[in-house]
Amino acid sequence: MTAAINRFLRFWWDFLIGDDWTVAVGVVLTLTVTALLAAAGIPAWWLPPAAVVLLLGRSLRGETRRDR
Amino acid sequence: MSGTLLVLAVFLACAVEAVEALTIVLAAGLTRGWSSPLIGVGSALAVLAVIVAIFGPAIGHVPLNLLRLLVGALLLIFGLQWLRKAILRASGHKALHDEAAIYQRQASAAQTAARHRRAFVTDWYAFTLAFKGVLLEGLEVAFIVVTFGANQGHLAAACLGAALAVILVTIVGVLLKKPLARVPENTMKFVVGVLLTSFGTFWASEGAGADWPGADRALLVIIPGYLLVSLLFIALLRKRQPATSAPDLGPSRTEVTS
Repeated sequence: MTAAINRFLRFWWDFLIGDDWTVAVGVVLTLTVTALLAAAGIPAWWLPPAAVVLLLGRSLRGETRRDR
Repeated sequence: MSGTLLVLAVFLACAVEAVEALTIVLAAGLTRGWSSPLIGVGSALAVLAVIVAIFGPAIGHVPLNLLRLLVGALLLIFGLQWLRKAILRASGHKALHDEAAIYQRQASAAQTAARHRRAFVTDWYAFTLAFKGVLLEGLEVAFIVVTFGANQGHLAAACLGAALAVILVTIVGVLLKKPLARVPENTMKFVVGVLLTSFGTFWASEGAGADWPGADRALLVIIPGYLLVSLLFIALLRKRQPATSAPDLGPSRTEVTS
């Protein structure tokens, strides 16, 4: 039973979060800051694309470092 | 404009997943006979249709900004997974997805597995192999169809894109009776990764309260922008010496162990 629950949770973790959980955390943090900036009336549209590029670059760098 | 991109994104994502599912179904059907795998395919498609029919209209009732924030965030995380893997594959740091090798492995396993009857299914192994293959590959498509369709208000168009891809891949698969190893699967995954990440960024930002300059037209800058950055990452990573990658025989979650 426990093994089945673990497999179920593992599947959804792999499905939604994938190999690098820091990307998911980074996305959540970015959107939180975006919402705070927008609520304060500060233009925030530039933040998510910039964060995506940084998160992707960081994740790729980490993966290729592990490779070497 | 975004409606056309929506259908294109769903079509490409669905075609890629359909090619992967076809490989598994062919391995089951050609080695163990077709009746049980076809029942498996039909059952999986029915489950997927129910998922889309329930969640598609249901999430349409969530307030638009909340929907865009939640679904956009999920789509962004999901899209970054696709894009990350596609960049690693294109730069040589991850082995390319090889349908012919996956087929060989699945077929070898299918030839040696014992044959058991359960309920109306004469070959449980073949049924399970096809069912799991289609369901697990199809879940990603169902997710994309539901999220894209609900956000854009074009669930029918998203379903159409998915259906066209499945029909096309099925027809080609039936005619060839072998895995579609020549489909540019890795390139398609790269394009889908760029599109999912772009739409995810656009919707999640809007949901968080940000206003895009030019509204929908911002996608015409975001998509080529991400494409350019991804190509740049590929060029940079190619300069790094990768370790020898083991062949990518598909995600382990599509493995059938019993």
